[in-house]
Amino acid sequence: MSRTPPGNTTVVDRIRGGALDTVSAGIVRWGFVAVTVLLIGFFALTEPNFRTADNMFGMLKFIAPTAIAGLGVMLAMTVGGIDLSVGASAGFAVSIAAWTMVVGNQVGGVAVGVVLVGGALIGALNALLIVVARIPDLLATLTTMFVIVGLKLLIVDGKSISSQMTLADGSSAPGRFTPDFLWLDRGNIGPVPVPVVIFIALTVLLWFVLERTKWGRALYAVGANAEAARLAGIRVLLYRTAAYVGCGLLASVAGLLLAARIGQGDVSAGNSLLLDAMAVSLVGVSVLGMGRPNAWGTALGAVLIAVMVTGFTMIGLPYYAQDFGKGIVLLVALLFSFTFSRKRTVVVAGSMTN
Amino acid sequence: MTHDSTALLEGDDRAPVVSLRGVSLSYGSNVVLRDVDLDFAPGRITALLGANGAGKSTLIKALSGANPRYAGSISVAGTEVALTSPTVARLHGISAVHQKVADGIVPGLTVAENVLLDNLAGARGVMRSRRRDLAAARRALALLGLDWSDRVLSQDARDLRISDAQLVTLARALRHTPRLLILDEPTSALTSAEADRLFDVLRALRADGLAIVYVSHRFGEIEALADSVVVLRDGTVQSHSPRPFEWNGILHDMLGRATELAQKREHVHRGGTVVAEVQGVPLFPEARPLSLTIRGGEVLGVLGLIGAGKSELAEVLGGLARPAGGSLTLNGAPYAPRRPGDAIAAGVVLVPEDRQRQAILPGWSITQTVSVPFLTESSRWGTLRRDLETDRAAAVVADLEVVTESVQTSTDDLSGGNQQKVIVGRWLSANPRLAVLDEPFRGVDIAARRGIGAHLNTLAQSGNAAVVFSSDVDEILEVSDRIVVLVAGEVALDGYADTLDRATIVTAFIGADTTPERTTA
Ligand SMILES: Nc1ncnc2c1ncn2[C@@H]1O[C@H](COP(=O)(O)OP(=O)(O)OP(=O)(O)O)[C@@H](O)[C@H]1O
Ligand SMILES: [Mg+2]
Repeated sequence: MSRTPPGNTTVVDRIRGGALDTVSAGIVRWGFVAVTVLLIGFFALTEPNFRTADNMFGMLKFIAPTAIAGLGVMLAMTVGGIDLSVGASAGFAVSIAAWTMVVGNQVGGVAVGVVLVGGALIGALNALLIVVARIPDLLATLTTMFVIVGLKLLIVDGKSISSQMTLADGSSAPGRFTPDFLWLDRGNIGPVPVPVVIFIALTVLLWFVLERTKWGRALYAVGANAEAARLAGIRVLLYRTAAYVGCGLLASVAGLLLAARIGQGDVSAGNSLLLDAMAVSLVGVSVLGMGRPNAWGTALGAVLIAVMVTGFTMIGLPYYAQDFGKGIVLLVALLFSFTFSRKRTVVVAGSMTN
Repeated sequence: MTHDSTALLEGDDRAPVVSLRGVSLSYGSNVVLRDVDLDFAPGRITALLGANGAGKSTLIKALSGANPRYAGSISVAGTEVALTSPTVARLHGISAVHQKVADGIVPGLTVAENVLLDNLAGARGVMRSRRRDLAAARRALALLGLDWSDRVLSQDARDLRISDAQLVTLARALRHTPRLLILDEPTSALTSAEADRLFDVLRALRADGLAIVYVSHRFGEIEALADSVVVLRDGTVQSHSPRPFEWNGILHDMLGRATELAQKREHVHRGGTVVAEVQGVPLFPEARPLSLTIRGGEVLGVLGLIGAGKSELAEVLGGLARPAGGSLTLNGAPYAPRRPGDAIAAGVVLVPEDRQRQAILPGWSITQTVSVPFLTESSRWGTLRRDLETDRAAAVVADLEVVTESVQTSTDDLSGGNQQKVIVGRWLSANPRLAVLDEPFRGVDIAARRGIGAHLNTLAQSGNAAVVFSSDVDEILEVSDRIVVLVAGEVALDGYADTLDRATIVTAFIGADTTPERTTA
C-alpha cells in the first residue's frame, strides 16, 4: 500500500480547482450584468438620445408594470409555485379601476383601494385552489386566469371604459379618470417619475423581506422542501397563501400603473404582460448567479428588456424583430443559469402540490 | 491485522475482478480521495469502513461510473477501462446501490417500474406489459423474501417509506448478476430481519463467485459477513485486514484514536419528574391504545420493528400527526400540538427518520439549514442576524465534529453521516424539554454515535427527557437508561437497562433471540 505524501500533487489540484470554480462563479454572477452594461454602453455611444436622463427614466417607467408583475411571479416562485394569472389580474385591475372612477364616479384613491382588495382576493383564490383544493399550481392559476378575464368582461360588458363614455341606458358616464389617479403615471417625485419610484421601492422592499428577514427565509424554505420546512415549525400553508396573495397584489399594482398610463379602461390591457413577467422572473433566477428567484435579479431582467426594446427602436429595428431579441436574452440567461453554472438551480416552476 | 504493502491480500491468489491504481478524486478544491490502490477478488465480501466523510461513498461513485472525474486507473479483469457513466460501469459488470436512497427512486413511476428501472432505461422492450412487469418485479423482490401485493407494486414510488425504498433499490441491483456488487450502507434503513435476509442473499452471491463491496457503520454486520476489511481515512487507504478482525486496531485506523467497540453504560439513571405522558393513544387503526410515561433525567430507548408504531409515536409526540384517540400531557398540562410548530414552541423537537425527505433543503448551506427552526430567535424585528445564525451553526459543527470545509458549505456536499449530524445537532441545540429522535444514528459513525449519546445524556441529566427510536438493539442498549420494546403498537417490555439482559430484549423485540450478537467486543 503506497501512500502519497500529503500535499504533493494535491496542492496544484487545489489551486487549479479553486481558480476554475472562482472564474466559473464569476461568469455566472456577473456575465448577465456585463451584457446589460455593454448594451447600455453601445446604445449610449451610437444614439445621443439614448444617454439622456429623460430616456433613462422613460425606459424604467415603460418597464415598471412588467417588472412589478414579474416581482409577483418571482414571489410565487419562492414557495416553489408559479402564477399564470398575473397578466389577467393586471388587466382586471385596469378595468376595475376605470369602472370605479368612470361608472362608480369615485376618486382615484378609492379606485386604488378597490383594485388592491381585488388583487388580494385573486391571490387568495389562487391560494385556495392550490393550498386547500390541492390543484397543481399551473392548472389552478390557468383556471383563475380565465375566470378573472371572464369576470372582467362581464363587469364592463366587454367594452373598454373611457371617461364620459355612453352607458348601456344611453346616458353618459358620471365620472372620469381623476387627476390623482393619473398622477400615478404622470407625476414625479423630485426628478423621478412615480412609476419608477414604485418599481424601485417594491424591489427594495422585496429584496429586504426575502433576503434579510425571517419571513423571506421561511418562504424560501417552503420552496426548497415544504415537508422539511413544516417539520422545522414553519406554517407552510400560511406562507404559500401569503406568496400568492402578495403576487395578486403586485399584479394589481402593475395594473394600476397601466391604467394610469393608458388613461382608460382598455379591455385588452395586460394581455401581453404574462409572458414578459414570466420572462423577467425567470431571467431573475439566473442573473447574479443566485439560482433562486430574487428581487434584484428580476428588476435587472426587466431593465435589460427595457434597454433592448428602447435601443432597438432607436437604431431603427422594426418592432417585429424585438421579440426575437427578447428571446435571445432569455436564452442567454437560461444558459448561464442551467448550463454554465456549477450550482444546482433550485427553482422548478410550477411543479409542486402538497 | 496486517498493514499490507502489497495490494493483494495474503493467501488470496485469485485474480482480482476489479483493481484500482492511484485513484484520486476531488470536489473543487477539496481532495476527497488520494491515490487509492485496491483489489476486489471474486467470491469475497470486502467491507469498506471509515468515519463519516472518509470518502467511502466517493470511492463508490468513482467505481460505479457515477463520478467519472477521477484520476488514476481502474481495471476490470485485468484491462483498464474508462468508467464514464453508470451504464458503462454496468456493462463492465459493476453495479452499485448508493447511499442516498431517494436518488435511487424515480417518483412518478410505480414501485414495480422502479424495481425494473434498468429495463426501462435499456433499448429493448418499448412495449410494456403491466402484468409481466408486476410478475417480474415480484420475482425480484422475492429474492429478498418480500411478498408485496399488486396494489403496493402499482402505487407511486414517491410514497414509499425509506426502508421500503431501500428494499426496492436492492431488489433492482440484485436482479442482474454483476461481477462486482457495491452496497453503500444498505442496512441503515432496514430492520434486522430484512438485513438478515439480505445477508443470506449476499452469501449466496459470494458462493457464486461475485465480488462484493459492503459499506456499513454497524460492525456486527461486518463481523458476520465480511471476508476482509479495508479502512479509509481522509481519503487514503489506512489498512487491509483479513479475518479474524482485530477491532480495536480497525477502530484506531478509522478514527485515528483509541475507541472501544462496545461501551457499557456505567450509570443507568432513574428518571424523576414526568415530562410527558401518552394516555390511551392507538398508534394505528387496529392497534390497542398505548400508554407511556416519559420522564426527565433518563434517556428512553424505544425499540421496535418497522410497523411496530415507532415512527407513528414519534410523529404524535412531535405534532406531525394527531393522535387517533386518547390524550397527551406535557409538564402536567394537556398537550395537543396541531402542527410541528406548536410542538417546537412547547419545547418538543423531532428528528425525523428520513433526513433526505424531511430535513434537507437542497442547495442550502449548513448555516441556513441549522437556522430554519430558530428563525425567530435569530432575528430582531423580523430581521435575521447573520452572526447569531453563524454562531449556532458553528457550535453544531464543532459539537458533533461535522466534517466540512466551512459552515457555508452546502449540505448537498456533505457525506451522508455528516448531513445526519447537522440535523441531529441542530435539534439538540434547541435545548429541548423533550427530544424525540427517530433513528438518529442512521449513517453516523461510531464516534458520532457516542457523541450524540453523550449529548442525550447531558440533556437528560439537566432534567429534560430524550426518547430515541431505533430498530437496532445495540444502538438502543448503548444510549438508553430505560428501554421500551414496542410490538404492534403496544408496549411489550419496559424496564431499566441494568435490569434487562440482551436476550430478554431481543425475545420481546422479535419473538425469539435468533439474531447473532451484532457487536462483538
Ligand atoms: N458533491 C460534493 N461536493 C463537494 N464535496 C463533497 C461532495 N460529496 C462529498 N463531498 C465531500 O467529500 C468527503 C467524502 O464524502 P463521502 O460521501 O465519500 O464520505 P463517506 O465516507 O461516504 O461518509 P459517510 O459515512 O458519512 O457516508 C466529505 O468531506 C464531503 O464533504
Ligand atoms: Mg457515504
